[in-house]
Amino acid sequence: MAATSTIDIDREKGNFHYDTQYNYDAGTGLNEDTIRYISDVKGEDQWLLDFRLKALKIFESKALPTHWATKDLENINFDKIRYYLAKGQKPSRSWEEVPDDVKETFERLGIPEQERKFLAGVEAQFDSEAVYSNTKEALAKEGVIFIGSTEGLKEHPEIFRKWFGKVIPTGDNKFSALNSAVFSGGSFIYVPPGVKVRQPLQAYFRINAENFGQFERTLIIADEGAEVTYMEGCTAPKFETTTLHSAVVELIALKGAKIQYITVQNWSNNVFNLVTKRGMAMKEAEIKWIDCNIGSRLTMKYPAVILKGEKSRGEVLSIALANDCQHQDTGAKMIHAADETTSNIIAKSISVGTGRSSYRGLVSIPKHLKDCKNNTECDALLINSNSRTDTYPAISVRGDGNSVQHEASVSKVSAEQIFYMMQRGLSEGEAMSLSVNGFVNDLISQFPMEYSVELKRLIDMEMEGSVG
Amino acid sequence: MNSLEVKNLSVVIEGKKILDDFSLTVPKGEVHALMGPNGSGKSTLAKALAGHPNYTVLAGESLVDGKNVIGLSPDEIARSGIFMAFQYPSEISGVSIANFIRAAITARLEEDEELQATQYYKHLYEKMDLLKIDRKFTSRSINAGFSGGEKKRCEILQMMMLEPKYAVLDETDSGLDIDALRIVADGVNSMRGPDIGILVITHYQRLLSYIVPDRVHVLYNGHIVRSGDKGLALELDEKGYDWVKDELAATA
Repeated sequence: MAATSTIDIDREKGNFHYDTQYNYDAGTGLNEDTIRYISDVKGEDQWLLDFRLKALKIFESKALPTHWATKDLENINFDKIRYYLAKGQKPSRSWEEVPDDVKETFERLGIPEQERKFLAGVEAQFDSEAVYSNTKEALAKEGVIFIGSTEGLKEHPEIFRKWFGKVIPTGDNKFSALNSAVFSGGSFIYVPPGVKVRQPLQAYFRINAENFGQFERTLIIADEGAEVTYMEGCTAPKFETTTLHSAVVELIALKGAKIQYITVQNWSNNVFNLVTKRGMAMKEAEIKWIDCNIGSRLTMKYPAVILKGEKSRGEVLSIALANDCQHQDTGAKMIHAADETTSNIIAKSISVGTGRSSYRGLVSIPKHLKDCKNNTECDALLINSNSRTDTYPAISVRGDGNSVQHEASVSKVSAEQIFYMMQRGLSEGEAMSLSVNGFVNDLISQFPMEYSVELKRLIDMEMEGSVG
Repeated sequence: MNSLEVKNLSVVIEGKKILDDFSLTVPKGEVHALMGPNGSGKSTLAKALAGHPNYTVLAGESLVDGKNVIGLSPDEIARSGIFMAFQYPSEISGVSIANFIRAAITARLEEDEELQATQYYKHLYEKMDLLKIDRKFTSRSINAGFSGGEKKRCEILQMMMLEPKYAVLDETDSGLDIDALRIVADGVNSMRGPDIGILVITHYQRLLSYIVPDRVHVLYNGHIVRSGDKGLALELDEKGYDWVKDELAATA
């Protein structure tokens, strides 16, 4: 296997597991006691316990969205999941202090090495809590806060509480309610006015335990004129049983701020990945989601931007690769709520073998707004006749001064194309990989370097592995 | 040994026998033409030699310098030294000509070898100039939106870059105007030499005025019915394929 200088997230590399002793364990199943346990262990204020308990009620009252989403959701057994597992409550500031077995995990994933190379700060979450969190000194001096959300709540309640749950209300959907009830871990970032963080901040989410649910909560606030890029990676070992990952991520870009949020999702294919991600862009602010989904059994994720301030911009660049037995149900939402706002969605999906990909998009521009623009492109590539792709765009654009552009395409890599490439000497896997790379190339070239290289390598590996 | 030797090849597609006990030897250093009317099995031969999965070989061998390649996968056959110029090349969007050819060359390298990018481009531009292909084409997706002539020139470009031991040109003249035909022929002629054997498959004599063959074979009903020098092609052009059919009927 070729060495890589970037985020190491190939599936086999993540497929290992150490037995770990947890000092904090909320047991199996979900009820009020589970939540009281979590809140108690974390030493939370009453308001937060109340918030969690209310969220549990909402979670219980909401049905699974199987009237539009896949029935595979019914295979999640909420009673068999462990909702909170942690070794300790406070992340270390240096890798030396991280417990050996946990450190070993992140060493194997190459996280400390990348931190030295090109990251401004790293947070590493192991099951329910961050075990390591560190920001370069220069950034801390400028007032940049990058810590776990558990710490964020304790140390900066005035900022945290002001924005927490404001972009994604508890009752937004069943899984945002679940997250609100049991959330733990995730990142809290605050970038003060005018501060431009040049190097990316990175979080790495690791699921280690079986029958476990990871429910991190991330909140990123870029104050006026600030800029920040956040990247997240994830892996889990392959278990026979299902694992649940249900995060809530809220971004707030204040006037003129820019947030870029990059995800390379590479969960093992026993993971249900049901994530709610949404950002709010104030006047002249910009939020960009780069969302790449390669792993998981089922992913349902539609990063959104609420364009709240005039001239704000929202963008989603999405790549989904659904291999055998995977369903990537991804897309984007753009909610225009001010004049002269622009949004751009480019989504590319690849379905291989029995893999299935769905695109769901929502673009809303109400009648009273003027000079708003949206561009949506969604392209699907099918490799092999068993694969399936669906597109569900919902575009509601009213008013005369607004414009919208929508293009969609489905293409296929035919047996003749594969034969043609093989006649030139390429193996079947190389031929498929080349056509997939060709399909996503123009989009990947817009990603930061470290990520485009890694993603291409990951696609190559997936395609090599898909040749039966 | 130094030849592409097709021995007693029988090929079936969709239950129908197309090639029947077909034999032909193309030695290195020679250009052979295979001519025949529509449906005689010309393209089937090309596809079968390249290992196309839809073509079932019932019997026979295809020996590349003595080594049988029947039963190998298409990429293994390609890497053993057989190149086929397609009659209808596939379009692959997003994959540039430069990247495609580079991938094909890389697939032929030993594990510890590496392609030198500057050398590669120098070589590529040289060949493109020869085929009068605009250098801007390097970044265009392979065959996507190409005219018939551009596609065929692109096939010859790949052949020149990959330097096969044996090349099978499947109806490379179809869909070409006279200027494109000349350019393609110049490209092929520039490759002629002791290190390559070329089999030109064509329906018409026209191409053979530009790529003058050492031997001409006539394919009919799945096997070769006549072989001769370049004069045979002219004779065919004059008398038409019915002449061969009538002759065969007379001797039967």
